[in-house]
Amino acid sequence: MNRRSVILDACVRAEFHTLLLVSLYFLFAGHNQPGGGFAGGLVASCAFGLRFVAGGDREVRRAIDIAPPIVMGVGLLLAMITGLVPLALGDNLFESAIVEFAPPLIGKVKLTSVLFFDTGVYLVVVGMALMLLSQLGLADGSNPDSEHDEASPGAGPIDEVVR
Amino acid sequence: MCREVWSASRPTRLPEGGTPLFALVLGFAAVAAVLPFVVRRLGTRVFYLAAVPPFAACIWALSNWSTVADGGAVVQDAEWVPSLGLTLGLRFDGFSFLMVGLVAGIGVLVFFYAGSYFHSGDPIMGKFSATLLVFSGSMFGLVLADNLLALFLFWELTSITSYLLIGTDDRKVAARSGALQALLITGGGGLAMLGGFILLGESAGTYSMSAILADPPSGTVVNWALVLVLLGALTKSAQVPFHSWLPRAMNAPTPVSAYLHSATMVKAGVYLVARFSPAFADVGPWRPIVVGAGLASMLLGGYRALRQTDIKLVLAYGTISQLGFMMVLFGVGTREATFAGCTLLIAHGIFKAALFMLVGVVDHQTHTRDLRLLDRLGARWPVVAATGAVVAASMAGLPPLLGFIAKEEALYSLEKTGAAWGWIVLVGVVIGSVLTVAYSARFVWGAFGPAEDALRDGPVPTAELVGPHAPVPSRAFIAPAVVLAVLTVAFGLFPAPADATVAHAFDALWGEYPERHLALWHGLKLALLLSGIAIGLGALMFVARRRVERLQARVPRLPSAQGGYDRGLKGLLEGADALTGVVQHGSLPIYLGVILTTLIALPAVPLLMDPEIPSLTFAASPMQALIGALMIVAALTAALARRRFAAVILVGTVGYGMAALFMVQGAPDLAITQLLIETLGIVIFVLVFRHLPANFERPKLRGSQAPRIAIAVAAAVFVFVMTLVAVGARTEEPISREYLERAAPEGGGNNVVNVIIVDFRGFDTVGEIFVLAIAAIGVAAIVGSRRRGPDDGGEVGIEGAPGGDPTGPDNGDAEPSDVGTMDQVLASNRPGRGVA
Repeated sequence: MNRRSVILDACVRAEFHTLLLVSLYFLFAGHNQPGGGFAGGLVASCAFGLRFVAGGDREVRRAIDIAPPIVMGVGLLLAMITGLVPLALGDNLFESAIVEFAPPLIGKVKLTSVLFFDTGVYLVVVGMALMLLSQLGLADGSNPDSEHDEASPGAGPIDEVVR
Repeated sequence: MCREVWSASRPTRLPEGGTPLFALVLGFAAVAAVLPFVVRRLGTRVFYLAAVPPFAACIWALSNWSTVADGGAVVQDAEWVPSLGLTLGLRFDGFSFLMVGLVAGIGVLVFFYAGSYFHSGDPIMGKFSATLLVFSGSMFGLVLADNLLALFLFWELTSITSYLLIGTDDRKVAARSGALQALLITGGGGLAMLGGFILLGESAGTYSMSAILADPPSGTVVNWALVLVLLGALTKSAQVPFHSWLPRAMNAPTPVSAYLHSATMVKAGVYLVARFSPAFADVGPWRPIVVGAGLASMLLGGYRALRQTDIKLVLAYGTISQLGFMMVLFGVGTREATFAGCTLLIAHGIFKAALFMLVGVVDHQTHTRDLRLLDRLGARWPVVAATGAVVAASMAGLPPLLGFIAKEEALYSLEKTGAAWGWIVLVGVVIGSVLTVAYSARFVWGAFGPAEDALRDGPVPTAELVGPHAPVPSRAFIAPAVVLAVLTVAFGLFPAPADATVAHAFDALWGEYPERHLALWHGLKLALLLSGIAIGLGALMFVARRRVERLQARVPRLPSAQGGYDRGLKGLLEGADALTGVVQHGSLPIYLGVILTTLIALPAVPLLMDPEIPSLTFAASPMQALIGALMIVAALTAALARRRFAAVILVGTVGYGMAALFMVQGAPDLAITQLLIETLGIVIFVLVFRHLPANFERPKLRGSQAPRIAIAVAAAVFVFVMTLVAVGARTEEPISREYLERAAPEGGGNNVVNVIIVDFRGFDTVGEIFVLAIAAIGVAAIVGSRRRGPDDGGEVGIEGAPGGDPTGPDNGDAEPSDVGTMDQVLASNRPGRGVA
């Protein structure tokens, strides 16, 4: 039971960064193409989910070592601030601004202020997923503080169910 | 009426260049935000920094005196929430000048006083000074606010900061419960007041206070609105029968008592009554309620003050009494009474703040406030005692002090009401004044005279007495109180500045200048005679205080307001407990059953009455039919599955089928979201399932499943029919067309779904991500608390210790709560996003 599948491990590691890139693509392209902060965040969550399936909580922490509540909090803050900034500038709440400029090499770029808002949504979704993974994923009875105990390599949690 | 003429003809000056009014209000908050970070470096000097915003407000008010003196007002508006009619309108007129003088002027002194009250290195100083400054700014905003909703906002801010300040010493139970009591009573009153404001604003068609008062609406609704507004005002100003919170608020540090609970916050109710009275005094319930509650407070407060042995509580009940006095004057609503009320506002702010500061000095130096233990402090601290005697004399209404002038005006105004009830009120006020004289003397004698051992059952051991050994307070500590004492003498002897302030405050309320002027000597009139009688009888009561005490002890105890509060709170908590026990019993099947039955029962009736089912197409393409068939099979199999894991996979299949349908219909965005949600959902389900037995529980009783099946089938049929009808029920132009048109030019994006989420309905999305975060934190907290709980034994059993019985009765009861929360998380995701 306490074994990790080498194939799964290797595949997940190979896929992980690609998935994160896809999630970022969704985030940035979302305003014009299918995607968006929510979908992007879900893709990233799935990426972390895969890491979790392969190696448990320890594997996820190896990928991202930021406490989930902080990820979520930063996201909420970002979304709120994006909404409030126009108010401070004398516009309506959540009024969006569009900036177009053409940096060299990559051509015309159109930036809308809702990108920051979308990033906030993205972070909240990722934070939520990380929080659920870390809380629900911990084996019962185990002390969360002893997670780094090298003597008991993390078992794929799925194994226990699909036993 | 003259008011209307006034509002049209008087100049209103808009401040040129910049936004000084808003900047001033925000300045309080900005400095408050800095204080906790500099407290380590500054020590007690942090309070001097905190005094800067109120000082700036004073200077600003004085520099705008000329506008006020012309009968004008400085007005500044800012749209806030236009859809609610919420403008942050600030308006600085003559009455605001008076109130700003109290709030900011006394504020500066209180901050200086607090600098000596606290010891350097006290860990709460940063938090305390910041909260006190936020209060100061809220109060400043309150007396400037012209929009009723903005006024409510500042009003509640003062309630909340008051709560935090009373509970400063949060290790003391008395401080915590006192803070909560103040919050519950003033907050409850504030809520009623909000209702009143809304009724009033809707009747008048505007939420601008100056506009409403210039052209007051009338009718039954307005009468009810006024009662609600008065509930707010009377609770805030601790009037009978809502006064019980004020004595208990005395658990706060003394700077708070001196500032919030005597000079400023408790005057918010008086302020509101003063503003409204010229327009509404003659309307329905206004005068009887205000004058009745005020008079009752004045008498009860004075009577209770005579029973206290804690000198701070003597003052607290005295404050209730004096606030009642002010309520009476403003509630009477005649010109003379308003004039007297404005004078009393100033006089009371000055002497009561000083008195509290002196109590703090005594408490700080001797660690007791018990007048049976304080022995001959006056001999050792002559300056403190003299200051105390002067301000207490002002409270008692002795000449030649400002308190005397105010009382003279009050008695004169009540004599001139020209109505029969005026004389009754006058008698009540004279009796109240007698009590005031008596408790003022009790305070001075108790604090600075010999120990009142005769008020105890037996003689006090000399060792317990404090006084001869108490350390002398520093000059900086007593300076603020001395400044106030000097003011009360100066304004008594030379009333011109006070007279000018009162005259312009009166002008702001009535739209004309008063005929009277403040003076020590108006001739041998009835008012002077009554003043003399009050002082004489009061002095007599003090001299014969033993006899009075014995008499008071023999009076049967009245039902106390504190007891009423305690019983009410207990009943509320028990009621909530019982209700929760009924509604939240923790069984997931019953929750689901109730929810689904409600869903079916309520909308199904009208739906079945008149079902308009549109013409149907079987399937738009063979692909749709195929996917649909797959989904149906998966759903049915899921319902029949034994193993939880299989069921989840099958439910997931239904979800994937839905995504495929979206794809076929050409909605890639929805398809992606749906796919991802399903995937993540399955992963999370799997994690939860590790805590659950692998198979569903078999029904213990044959036939117990029948109702569940019935509900499930009924819900399914209902949703099916509902969807059909809903699709066919469109009568309006779909909103999507407009969104499609506006997305690219206004939202700057071609993905309409995304533009809707982040732009058009961005505010909704913020709400949703907050729900998401709260749900996640809730799940984490529940799961975490179960894991960390003291009773770990049961958990290990669930996880499937090889020998354990996974379906044992111990586990079955505990499980559903987790799963229930889990489902809520997923549910809050699914419909919200699936639809979007």
